[in-house]
Amino acid sequence: MIALLRRDIVLAFRSGGGFGLTLGFFLILVMFVPLGIGSDADILARIAPGILWIGAILSCLLSLERIFQIDYEDGALEALATSPIPLEGIAAAKAMSHWITTGLPLTLVAAPLGYLLSLPADLYGWLIASLLCGTPALSFIGTFGAALTVGIKRGGLLLSLLVLPLYIPTLIFGAQTVTRASVNLPATSALMILAAISLFSIVVMPFAAGLALRAALK
Amino acid sequence: MSLWQYANPVKFMALSGRVLPTLTVLSACLLITGLIWGFFFTPDDYQQGSTVKIIFLHVPAAMMAINAWVMMLVASLIWLVRRHHVSALAAKAAAPIGITMTLIAIATGAIWGKPMWGTYWAWDPRLTAFMILLVFYFGYIALWSAIEDSDMAADLTSILCMVGSVFALMSRYAVNFWSQGLHQGASLSLDKEQHVHDAFFYPLMICIIAFILLFITLVLLRTRTEIRLRRASALVARGAK
Repeated sequence: MIALLRRDIVLAFRSGGGFGLTLGFFLILVMFVPLGIGSDADILARIAPGILWIGAILSCLLSLERIFQIDYEDGALEALATSPIPLEGIAAAKAMSHWITTGLPLTLVAAPLGYLLSLPADLYGWLIASLLCGTPALSFIGTFGAALTVGIKRGGLLLSLLVLPLYIPTLIFGAQTVTRASVNLPATSALMILAAISLFSIVVMPFAAGLALRAALK
Repeated sequence: MSLWQYANPVKFMALSGRVLPTLTVLSACLLITGLIWGFFFTPDDYQQGSTVKIIFLHVPAAMMAINAWVMMLVASLIWLVRRHHVSALAAKAAAPIGITMTLIAIATGAIWGKPMWGTYWAWDPRLTAFMILLVFYFGYIALWSAIEDSDMAADLTSILCMVGSVFALMSRYAVNFWSQGLHQGASLSLDKEQHVHDAFFYPLMICIIAFILLFITLVLLRTRTEIRLRRASALVARGAK
Protein backbone atom coordinates (compact mmCIF):
# COMPACT_ATOMS: atom_id res chain seq x y z
CA MET A 1 0.00 0.00 0.00
CA ILE A 2 2.83 2.38 0.86
CA ALA A 3 4.49 1.51 -2.45
CA LEU A 4 1.23 2.21 -4.28
CA LEU A 5 0.87 5.51 -2.44
CA ARG A 6 4.41 6.51 -3.34
CA ARG A 7 3.95 5.49 -6.97
CA ASP A 8 0.77 7.56 -7.33
CA ILE A 9 2.33 10.61 -5.74
CA VAL A 10 5.40 10.39 -7.98
CA LEU A 11 3.19 9.93 -11.05
CA ALA A 12 1.13 12.97 -10.10
CA PHE A 13 4.18 15.20 -9.72
CA ARG A 14 5.79 14.09 -12.99
CA SER A 15 4.87 15.96 -16.15
CA GLY A 16 1.35 15.25 -17.33
CA GLY A 17 0.36 14.25 -13.81
CA GLY A 18 -1.97 17.18 -13.42
CA PHE A 19 -0.45 18.48 -10.21
CA GLY A 20 0.16 22.02 -11.46
CA LEU A 21 -3.10 22.06 -13.40
CA THR A 22 -5.19 21.90 -10.23
CA LEU A 23 -3.42 24.83 -8.61
CA GLY A 24 -3.49 26.82 -11.86
CA PHE A 25 -7.22 26.24 -12.14
CA PHE A 26 -7.75 27.38 -8.56
CA LEU A 27 -5.76 30.56 -9.22
CA ILE A 28 -7.70 31.36 -12.39
CA LEU A 29 -11.02 30.70 -10.67
CA VAL A 30 -10.17 33.07 -7.83
CA MET A 31 -8.93 35.64 -10.36
CA PHE A 32 -12.26 35.41 -12.20
CA VAL A 33 -14.24 36.49 -9.16
CA PRO A 34 -13.09 40.13 -8.99
CA LEU A 35 -13.24 40.25 -12.79
CA GLY A 36 -16.84 39.11 -12.74
CA ILE A 37 -18.08 40.84 -9.60
CA GLY A 38 -15.93 43.93 -9.34
CA SER A 39 -12.98 44.81 -7.15
CA ASP A 40 -14.91 46.26 -4.20
CA ALA A 41 -12.89 45.02 -1.21
CA ASP A 42 -15.92 44.83 1.13
CA ILE A 43 -17.93 42.58 -1.16
CA LEU A 44 -14.90 40.45 -1.91
CA ALA A 45 -14.10 40.03 1.78
CA ARG A 46 -17.66 38.93 2.46
CA ILE A 47 -17.83 36.31 -0.29
CA ALA A 48 -14.19 35.17 -0.02
CA PRO A 49 -14.83 32.15 2.28
CA GLY A 50 -17.51 30.76 -0.01
CA ILE A 51 -15.52 31.45 -3.17
CA LEU A 52 -12.40 29.80 -1.81
CA TRP A 53 -14.35 26.74 -0.73
CA ILE A 54 -16.21 26.42 -4.02
CA GLY A 55 -12.92 26.99 -5.84
CA ALA A 56 -11.21 24.26 -3.82
CA ILE A 57 -14.05 21.82 -4.55
CA LEU A 58 -14.06 22.52 -8.28
CA SER A 59 -10.27 22.27 -8.50
CA CYS A 60 -10.42 19.01 -6.62
CA LEU A 61 -13.04 17.74 -9.06
CA LEU A 62 -10.68 18.25 -12.01
CA SER A 63 -8.23 15.59 -10.97
CA LEU A 64 -10.76 13.01 -9.74
CA GLU A 65 -11.16 11.32 -13.09
CA ARG A 66 -7.46 10.44 -13.24
CA ILE A 67 -7.55 8.52 -9.95
CA PHE A 68 -8.63 5.28 -11.59
CA GLN A 69 -9.12 6.08 -15.27
CA ILE A 70 -5.48 5.93 -16.40
CA ASP A 71 -4.77 2.78 -14.43
CA TYR A 72 -7.96 1.25 -15.79
CA GLU A 73 -7.06 2.03 -19.38
CA ASP A 74 -3.54 0.58 -19.29
CA GLY A 75 -4.59 -2.45 -17.25
CA ALA A 76 -2.69 -1.52 -14.10
CA LEU A 77 -5.90 -1.50 -12.11
CA GLU A 78 -6.66 -5.11 -13.00
CA ALA A 79 -3.13 -6.06 -12.03
CA LEU A 80 -3.64 -4.26 -8.73
CA ALA A 81 -6.96 -6.03 -8.22
CA THR A 82 -5.20 -9.41 -8.34
CA SER A 83 -2.59 -8.30 -5.81
CA PRO A 84 -2.92 -9.33 -2.15
CA ILE A 85 -4.08 -5.83 -1.16
CA PRO A 86 -7.90 -5.73 -1.07
CA LEU A 87 -9.60 -3.26 -3.41
CA GLU A 88 -10.68 -1.25 -0.38
CA GLY A 89 -7.04 -0.77 0.51
CA ILE A 90 -6.21 0.27 -3.04
CA ALA A 91 -9.04 2.81 -2.97
CA ALA A 92 -7.81 4.16 0.38
CA ALA A 93 -4.24 4.50 -0.91
CA LYS A 94 -5.48 6.23 -4.07
CA ALA A 95 -7.62 8.63 -2.07
CA MET A 96 -4.72 9.39 0.24
CA SER A 97 -2.38 10.14 -2.65
CA HIS A 98 -5.09 12.30 -4.22
CA TRP A 99 -5.34 14.27 -1.00
CA ILE A 100 -1.57 14.70 -0.73
CA THR A 101 -1.30 15.92 -4.33
CA THR A 102 -4.52 17.99 -4.38
CA GLY A 103 -6.11 18.74 -1.02
CA LEU A 104 -2.91 19.61 0.79
CA PRO A 105 -1.51 21.98 -1.92
CA LEU A 106 -4.94 23.64 -2.22
CA THR A 107 -4.93 24.25 1.52
CA LEU A 108 -1.45 25.76 1.33
CA VAL A 109 -2.23 28.16 -1.52
CA ALA A 110 -5.63 29.15 -0.09
CA ALA A 111 -4.10 31.70 2.28
CA PRO A 112 -2.32 33.79 -0.40
CA LEU A 113 -5.41 33.55 -2.58
CA GLY A 114 -7.49 34.68 0.39
CA TYR A 115 -5.25 37.75 0.57
CA LEU A 116 -6.06 38.48 -3.08
CA LEU A 117 -9.76 38.42 -2.15
CA SER A 118 -9.10 40.78 0.80
CA LEU A 119 -10.01 38.17 3.38
CA PRO A 120 -9.67 39.76 6.87
CA ALA A 121 -6.39 38.80 8.55
CA ASP A 122 -7.97 37.05 11.54
CA LEU A 123 -9.75 34.54 9.29
CA TYR A 124 -6.66 32.89 7.76
CA GLY A 125 -6.38 30.48 10.66
CA TRP A 126 -10.01 29.41 10.27
CA LEU A 127 -9.70 29.13 6.49
CA ILE A 128 -6.64 26.91 6.67
CA ALA A 129 -8.09 24.84 9.51
CA SER A 130 -11.37 24.31 7.66
CA LEU A 131 -9.61 23.30 4.44
CA LEU A 132 -7.26 21.02 6.31
CA CYS A 133 -10.21 19.32 8.03
CA GLY A 134 -12.45 19.30 4.96
CA THR A 135 -10.29 18.38 1.99
CA PRO A 136 -9.77 14.74 3.08
CA ALA A 137 -13.54 14.31 2.74
CA LEU A 138 -13.34 15.74 -0.78
CA SER A 139 -10.66 13.24 -1.80
CA PHE A 140 -12.30 10.19 -0.23
CA ILE A 141 -15.80 10.97 -1.52
CA GLY A 142 -14.30 11.80 -4.90
CA THR A 143 -12.48 8.47 -5.03
CA PHE A 144 -15.82 6.75 -4.55
CA GLY A 145 -17.26 8.74 -7.45
CA ALA A 146 -14.24 7.89 -9.59
CA ALA A 147 -14.70 4.21 -8.76
CA LEU A 148 -18.37 4.37 -9.81
CA THR A 149 -17.55 5.81 -13.22
CA VAL A 150 -14.34 3.90 -13.92
CA GLY A 151 -15.82 1.63 -16.59
CA ILE A 152 -17.61 4.43 -18.41
CA LYS A 153 -15.95 6.02 -21.40
CA ARG A 154 -15.75 9.80 -21.07
CA GLY A 155 -17.32 9.62 -17.65
CA GLY A 156 -15.92 12.97 -16.57
CA LEU A 157 -19.14 14.92 -16.82
CA LEU A 158 -21.13 12.15 -15.18
CA LEU A 159 -18.53 12.02 -12.42
CA SER A 160 -19.15 15.71 -11.64
CA LEU A 161 -22.90 15.17 -11.57
CA LEU A 162 -22.52 12.26 -9.15
CA VAL A 163 -19.89 13.70 -6.86
CA LEU A 164 -20.96 17.33 -6.49
CA PRO A 165 -24.22 16.52 -4.62
CA LEU A 166 -22.18 14.38 -2.23
CA TYR A 167 -19.98 17.42 -1.51
CA ILE A 168 -22.88 19.53 -0.23
CA PRO A 169 -22.43 18.85 3.52
CA THR A 170 -18.67 19.39 3.27
CA LEU A 171 -19.17 22.68 1.43
CA ILE A 172 -21.78 23.92 3.90
CA PHE A 173 -19.78 23.20 7.03
CA GLY A 174 -16.49 24.27 5.44
CA ALA A 175 -17.74 27.65 4.29
CA GLN A 176 -19.81 28.09 7.46
CA THR A 177 -16.72 27.66 9.64
CA VAL A 178 -15.07 30.67 8.05
CA THR A 179 -18.26 32.70 7.62
CA ARG A 180 -19.25 32.22 11.26
CA ALA A 181 -15.80 33.24 12.42
CA SER A 182 -16.07 36.35 10.27
CA VAL A 183 -19.21 37.54 12.13
CA ASN A 184 -17.85 36.51 15.55
CA LEU A 185 -20.14 33.54 15.98
CA PRO A 186 -18.73 30.36 17.50
CA ALA A 187 -17.13 28.51 14.59
CA THR A 188 -15.65 25.50 16.35
CA SER A 189 -18.90 23.52 16.15
CA ALA A 190 -18.91 23.77 12.34
CA LEU A 191 -15.24 22.86 12.24
CA MET A 192 -15.84 19.82 14.42
CA ILE A 193 -18.73 18.60 12.27
CA LEU A 194 -16.52 19.14 9.23
CA ALA A 195 -13.79 17.02 10.80
CA ALA A 196 -16.44 14.40 11.61
CA ILE A 197 -17.54 14.29 7.97
CA SER A 198 -13.93 13.82 6.91
CA LEU A 199 -13.31 11.04 9.42
CA PHE A 200 -16.56 9.35 8.39
CA SER A 201 -15.55 9.56 4.72
CA ILE A 202 -12.07 8.21 5.42
CA VAL A 203 -13.55 5.21 7.21
CA VAL A 204 -16.56 4.43 5.02
CA MET A 205 -15.81 5.63 1.50
CA PRO A 206 -12.94 3.20 0.72
CA PHE A 207 -15.38 0.35 1.35
CA ALA A 208 -18.00 1.87 -0.92
CA ALA A 209 -15.32 2.54 -3.54
CA GLY A 210 -14.06 -1.05 -3.22
CA LEU A 211 -17.60 -2.33 -3.73
CA ALA A 212 -18.00 -0.17 -6.83
CA LEU A 213 -14.60 -1.21 -8.23
CA ARG A 214 -15.45 -4.85 -7.73
CA ALA A 215 -18.71 -4.39 -9.68
CA ALA A 216 -16.98 -2.41 -12.43
CA LEU A 217 -14.08 -4.85 -12.90
CA LYS A 218 -16.22 -7.95 -13.03
CA MET B 1 -45.45 -19.06 0.68
CA SER B 2 -43.14 -16.16 1.10
CA LEU B 3 -42.80 -12.70 -0.32
CA TRP B 4 -39.61 -13.70 -2.12
CA GLN B 5 -41.40 -15.90 -4.63
CA TYR B 6 -42.55 -12.71 -6.37
CA ALA B 7 -38.88 -12.04 -7.09
CA ASN B 8 -39.42 -14.53 -9.90
CA PRO B 9 -40.25 -12.31 -12.91
CA VAL B 10 -42.93 -14.70 -14.20
CA LYS B 11 -44.76 -14.75 -10.87
CA PHE B 12 -44.29 -11.00 -10.54
CA MET B 13 -45.78 -10.40 -13.99
CA ALA B 14 -48.76 -12.63 -13.22
CA LEU B 15 -49.51 -11.00 -9.86
CA SER B 16 -48.92 -7.41 -10.97
CA GLY B 17 -51.02 -8.00 -14.08
CA ARG B 18 -53.88 -9.15 -11.87
CA VAL B 19 -53.78 -6.29 -9.34
CA LEU B 20 -52.94 -3.44 -11.72
CA PRO B 21 -56.48 -2.75 -13.05
CA THR B 22 -57.93 -2.61 -9.52
CA LEU B 23 -55.10 -0.40 -8.31
CA THR B 24 -55.47 1.95 -11.26
CA VAL B 25 -59.21 2.41 -10.74
CA LEU B 26 -58.81 2.75 -6.97
CA SER B 27 -56.08 5.37 -7.14
CA ALA B 28 -57.94 7.32 -9.83
CA CYS B 29 -61.16 7.34 -7.76
CA LEU B 30 -59.39 8.38 -4.57
CA LEU B 31 -57.44 11.07 -6.36
CA ILE B 32 -60.56 12.53 -7.94
CA THR B 33 -62.51 12.33 -4.66
CA GLY B 34 -59.72 13.81 -2.59
CA LEU B 35 -58.93 16.66 -4.96
CA ILE B 36 -62.57 17.63 -5.59
CA TRP B 37 -63.33 17.48 -1.87
CA GLY B 38 -60.21 19.46 -1.15
CA PHE B 39 -60.68 22.09 -3.82
CA PHE B 40 -64.42 22.72 -3.64
CA PHE B 41 -65.74 21.54 -0.27
CA THR B 42 -63.25 22.89 2.24
CA PRO B 43 -63.45 26.37 3.80
CA ASP B 44 -60.89 29.07 3.02
CA ASP B 45 -58.17 29.52 5.58
CA TYR B 46 -58.58 32.72 7.61
CA GLN B 47 -55.00 33.77 6.88
CA GLN B 48 -54.10 32.15 3.60
CA GLY B 49 -57.46 32.37 1.84
CA SER B 50 -58.10 29.88 -0.91
CA THR B 51 -54.37 29.45 -1.68
CA VAL B 52 -54.24 26.95 1.17
CA LYS B 53 -55.95 24.41 -1.06
CA ILE B 54 -52.77 23.70 -2.99
CA ILE B 55 -51.81 21.71 0.13
CA PHE B 56 -53.74 18.79 -1.39
CA LEU B 57 -51.15 18.52 -4.16
CA HIS B 58 -48.11 19.90 -2.40
CA VAL B 59 -47.96 17.74 0.72
CA PRO B 60 -48.65 14.35 -0.91
CA ALA B 61 -46.19 15.06 -3.73
CA ALA B 62 -43.50 16.13 -1.28
CA MET B 63 -44.08 13.02 0.81
CA MET B 64 -43.91 10.74 -2.20
CA ALA B 65 -40.76 12.46 -3.46
CA ILE B 66 -38.99 11.33 -0.31
CA ASN B 67 -40.78 7.97 -0.06
CA ALA B 68 -39.81 7.13 -3.64
CA TRP B 69 -36.15 7.54 -2.72
CA VAL B 70 -36.63 5.36 0.37
CA MET B 71 -38.33 2.73 -1.78
CA MET B 72 -35.39 2.89 -4.21
CA LEU B 73 -33.01 2.44 -1.29
CA VAL B 74 -34.85 -0.65 -0.04
CA ALA B 75 -35.06 -2.11 -3.55
CA SER B 76 -31.34 -1.41 -4.07
CA LEU B 77 -30.45 -3.16 -0.83
CA ILE B 78 -32.55 -6.17 -1.83
CA TRP B 79 -30.71 -6.27 -5.15
CA LEU B 80 -27.30 -6.05 -3.47
CA VAL B 81 -28.12 -8.72 -0.89
CA ARG B 82 -30.35 -11.18 -2.73
CA ARG B 83 -29.72 -10.37 -6.41
CA HIS B 84 -33.37 -10.29 -7.50
CA HIS B 85 -33.61 -8.64 -10.89
CA VAL B 86 -37.17 -7.45 -10.33
CA SER B 87 -35.95 -5.45 -7.35
CA ALA B 88 -33.24 -3.68 -9.35
CA LEU B 89 -35.71 -2.90 -12.13
CA ALA B 90 -38.26 -1.58 -9.64
CA ALA B 91 -35.66 0.84 -8.28
CA LYS B 92 -34.90 1.96 -11.83
CA ALA B 93 -38.61 2.35 -12.53
CA ALA B 94 -39.24 4.43 -9.40
CA ALA B 95 -36.58 7.07 -10.07
CA PRO B 96 -38.36 9.06 -12.82
CA ILE B 97 -41.57 8.98 -10.76
CA GLY B 98 -39.67 10.27 -7.76
CA ILE B 99 -38.15 13.08 -9.78
CA THR B 100 -41.60 14.03 -11.10
CA MET B 101 -42.97 14.16 -7.55
CA THR B 102 -40.05 16.34 -6.50
CA LEU B 103 -40.73 18.72 -9.38
CA ILE B 104 -44.46 18.82 -8.54
CA ALA B 105 -43.64 19.62 -4.92
CA ILE B 106 -41.24 22.39 -5.93
CA ALA B 107 -43.61 23.83 -8.55
CA THR B 108 -46.73 23.83 -6.34
CA GLY B 109 -44.62 25.24 -3.52
CA ALA B 110 -43.49 28.07 -5.80
CA ILE B 111 -47.08 28.84 -6.81
CA TRP B 112 -48.04 28.83 -3.13
CA GLY B 113 -45.01 30.85 -2.13
CA LYS B 114 -45.70 33.78 -4.43
CA PRO B 115 -48.87 35.06 -2.66
CA MET B 116 -47.76 33.91 0.81
CA TRP B 117 -44.08 34.85 1.03
CA GLY B 118 -44.04 37.25 -1.91
CA THR B 119 -41.52 35.14 -3.79
CA TYR B 120 -41.51 32.02 -5.94
CA TRP B 121 -38.22 30.83 -4.57
CA ALA B 122 -36.23 31.50 -1.45
CA TRP B 123 -33.12 29.71 -0.20
CA ASP B 124 -35.01 28.25 2.68
CA PRO B 125 -33.68 24.99 4.22
CA ARG B 126 -36.67 22.89 3.18
CA LEU B 127 -36.70 24.25 -0.35
CA THR B 128 -32.96 23.79 -0.63
CA ALA B 129 -33.26 20.24 0.68
CA PHE B 130 -35.69 19.47 -2.14
CA MET B 131 -33.37 21.00 -4.67
CA ILE B 132 -30.64 18.72 -3.29
CA LEU B 133 -32.96 15.71 -3.54
CA LEU B 134 -33.56 16.68 -7.16
CA VAL B 135 -29.84 16.61 -8.02
CA PHE B 136 -29.45 13.24 -6.28
CA TYR B 137 -32.23 11.90 -8.52
CA PHE B 138 -30.48 13.39 -11.56
CA GLY B 139 -27.22 11.67 -10.69
CA TYR B 140 -28.95 8.34 -10.09
CA ILE B 141 -30.83 8.40 -13.39
CA ALA B 142 -27.74 9.61 -15.27
CA LEU B 143 -25.71 6.70 -13.92
CA TRP B 144 -28.39 4.20 -14.99
CA SER B 145 -28.44 5.55 -18.50
CA ALA B 146 -24.64 5.72 -18.83
CA ILE B 147 -23.89 2.02 -18.31
CA GLU B 148 -24.82 -0.49 -20.97
CA ASP B 149 -24.35 -3.73 -19.07
CA SER B 150 -27.55 -3.99 -17.05
CA ASP B 151 -26.24 -6.02 -14.10
CA MET B 152 -23.29 -3.70 -13.67
CA ALA B 153 -25.61 -0.70 -13.92
CA ALA B 154 -27.84 -2.21 -11.23
CA ASP B 155 -24.81 -2.83 -8.98
CA LEU B 156 -23.34 0.63 -9.34
CA THR B 157 -26.63 2.51 -9.05
CA SER B 158 -27.50 0.51 -5.93
CA ILE B 159 -24.20 1.48 -4.35
CA LEU B 160 -24.78 5.10 -5.36
CA CYS B 161 -28.29 4.99 -3.89
CA MET B 162 -26.92 3.65 -0.60
CA VAL B 163 -24.12 6.20 -0.28
CA GLY B 164 -26.34 8.94 -1.68
CA SER B 165 -28.97 8.30 0.98
CA VAL B 166 -26.44 8.88 3.73
CA PHE B 167 -25.23 12.11 2.16
CA ALA B 168 -28.71 13.32 1.25
CA LEU B 169 -29.75 12.89 4.87
CA MET B 170 -26.58 14.65 6.00
CA SER B 171 -27.29 17.52 3.59
CA ARG B 172 -30.82 17.79 4.88
CA TYR B 173 -29.54 18.58 8.37
CA ALA B 174 -26.60 20.58 7.08
CA VAL B 175 -28.94 23.08 5.41
CA ASN B 176 -30.72 23.57 8.74
CA PHE B 177 -27.39 24.55 10.20
CA TRP B 178 -26.73 26.80 7.23
CA SER B 179 -29.85 28.95 7.41
CA GLN B 180 -33.12 29.46 9.24
CA GLY B 181 -36.17 29.26 7.06
CA LEU B 182 -39.51 30.68 6.07
CA HIS B 183 -41.23 27.34 5.64
CA GLN B 184 -43.72 26.34 8.31
CA GLY B 185 -43.22 23.14 10.29
CA ALA B 186 -44.59 19.78 9.26
CA SER B 187 -48.28 19.80 8.36
CA LEU B 188 -48.76 16.32 9.76
CA SER B 189 -46.97 14.51 12.53
CA LEU B 190 -47.62 11.45 14.61
CA ASP B 191 -46.38 12.68 17.95
CA LYS B 192 -47.87 16.17 18.14
CA GLU B 193 -51.33 17.34 19.09
CA GLN B 194 -51.44 20.16 16.64
CA HIS B 195 -52.50 19.00 13.21
CA VAL B 196 -54.10 20.82 10.39
CA HIS B 197 -57.80 21.38 11.05
CA ASP B 198 -60.14 18.39 10.58
CA ALA B 199 -61.84 20.04 7.62
CA PHE B 200 -58.52 19.84 5.79
CA PHE B 201 -57.27 16.68 7.44
CA TYR B 202 -59.68 14.15 5.90
CA PRO B 203 -59.40 15.23 2.25
CA LEU B 204 -55.64 15.54 2.77
CA MET B 205 -55.43 11.95 4.03
CA ILE B 206 -57.44 10.78 1.01
CA CYS B 207 -55.05 12.64 -1.29
CA ILE B 208 -52.02 11.13 0.44
CA ILE B 209 -53.44 7.61 0.16
CA ALA B 210 -54.30 8.32 -3.46
CA PHE B 211 -50.74 9.46 -4.17
CA ILE B 212 -49.33 6.35 -2.49
CA LEU B 213 -51.57 4.11 -4.62
CA LEU B 214 -50.73 6.14 -7.71
CA PHE B 215 -47.04 5.65 -6.99
CA ILE B 216 -47.46 1.89 -6.52
CA THR B 217 -49.47 1.67 -9.73
CA LEU B 218 -46.90 3.59 -11.72
CA VAL B 219 -43.97 1.63 -10.29
CA LEU B 220 -45.65 -1.68 -11.08
CA LEU B 221 -46.49 -0.51 -14.58
CA ARG B 222 -42.98 0.75 -15.25
CA THR B 223 -41.38 -2.36 -13.76
CA ARG B 224 -43.52 -4.50 -16.07
CA THR B 225 -42.34 -2.38 -18.98
CA GLU B 226 -38.71 -2.82 -17.92
CA ILE B 227 -39.15 -6.59 -17.66
CA ARG B 228 -40.76 -6.74 -21.09
CA LEU B 229 -37.96 -4.55 -22.46
CA ARG B 230 -35.37 -6.91 -20.97
CA ARG B 231 -37.15 -9.91 -22.50
CA ALA B 232 -37.41 -8.20 -25.87
CA SER B 233 -33.72 -7.33 -25.93
CA ALA B 234 -32.89 -10.91 -24.91
CA LEU B 235 -34.96 -12.17 -27.84
CA VAL B 236 -33.26 -9.73 -30.20
CA ALA B 237 -29.85 -10.83 -28.94
CA ARG B 238 -30.76 -14.48 -29.47
CA GLY B 239 -32.03 -13.74 -32.97
CA ALA B 240 -28.85 -11.89 -33.88
CA LYS B 241 -26.63 -14.88 -33.15
